[in-house]
Amino acid sequence: MNDRFPPVTQLGAASMAFVAAGVIVVAAYLPKHAPLAAPIACLAVAASLLGVNLVLIARARGFALWRFLQVMRWGLLAYAVVAGMLEYTFLYDHTRGAVLAIMTCMLVLFMVNVPLLLAFTVARYERS
Amino acid sequence: MSAAAVTSAPSVEARELGPVLPLRAFPLVGVVLAGLVVAIAGDWPWALTFYHVVGGAMWTSIDLFVGFVVGPILRTMPVPARVEFTKRFMPMMLVLMPTLVTMTLGAGFQLARQSGHLSTSDPRHAWVVASMCVVGVMAVVALALLSPANLAVLFELRKPQPDPLVIGALMRRFVYAAAITGAMQVATFVIMTRLAS
Repeated sequence: MNDRFPPVTQLGAASMAFVAAGVIVVAAYLPKHAPLAAPIACLAVAASLLGVNLVLIARARGFALWRFLQVMRWGLLAYAVVAGMLEYTFLYDHTRGAVLAIMTCMLVLFMVNVPLLLAFTVARYERS
Repeated sequence: MSAAAVTSAPSVEARELGPVLPLRAFPLVGVVLAGLVVAIAGDWPWALTFYHVVGGAMWTSIDLFVGFVVGPILRTMPVPARVEFTKRFMPMMLVLMPTLVTMTLGAGFQLARQSGHLSTSDPRHAWVVASMCVVGVMAVVALALLSPANLAVLFELRKPQPDPLVIGALMRRFVYAAAITGAMQVATFVIMTRLAS
C-alpha cells in the first residue's frame, strides 16, 4: 500500500493522548484547582509531538500537499468553531489564570491535531 | 519542500462531484444539537438524562454493531459490493457519530455536575474520573484513527477509479477502530451502572 510516509498518525495520536491526559487531570480536581505540574508536562510533550509532526509533513516527499492543505483548511475552520465554543464555556464557568492558560493551549493543540490527522490521512492516499 | 516533491492536483478535480457529506442531514443535526444546548442551559434533568441515555445507547450499539457484525460481514463480500456499501454507509457515519458523541458527553457532563459526582468530595468521584479516562481513550481512537479513515474513504470513492486496496485498508482500520471503541464501551457500562446504582 502506502508505507513510505513518516509515522504522522502515530505521533498525532500520541499528542492527542497527552492532551487528553492533561485535560483529565485538570477536570478530575473540579471545582478545585488541580496541581499544574502534570498538565504542564503533558502540554509540553503534546506540543513537541505536534511540532515534530509538522516538520515531518513539511519534509515528506511525494506528498499531495495541495490535498493536505485543502482538507486542513476546512478542518481547521470546523475545529476552530468547536474550540471557540469550548473556550467560551471555560470563560462562562469563570476559569481564570494558569488553569485557563493551560486549557487554552490544550484546546489549540486539539484544534490543530485533529484536522492535521484528517488531512494527512486523506492526502497520503492521493495519487498524482 | 521542493516543488517537485509535491504532487499537483489532477484535472479530474474539476468534475462536479457534489458534497462529501450528506447535507440533507445537517438540519436534523442542527435541531438535535440546539435541543442539547437548550437542555444544558435550562438544566432540565429529564432532557439531560434523555440526551445522555439515548445518545450513549446509540453510540454504544452502533460501535458494537459495526465492529462485530458489519465488519466481519464486509470482509466476506466481493470488492465491488464493499465499495457500493461503503459509498452509502460512510457519509452517514461521518455525520451520525459526532452528533451522538456530542449528545452523550455534553449531557453527561452536565448530569455529573448536577448530581455532584464531579466534586472531589463526592464518594463516587473516582468513577467519574474513570469514565473520563475511558472517554479519553475512545476520543483518541475515534479522532486519530476512525474519523480520518472515514473521510479518506469518502475522498477515495470520489476518484474516477477508486482503488479497492486503499478502500479495503481504510475500511479495515475503520472497523477495527469501531471494534476497539465498542469494547471500551463495556468499561463504560460498568462505570455508568455503578454510578446509577
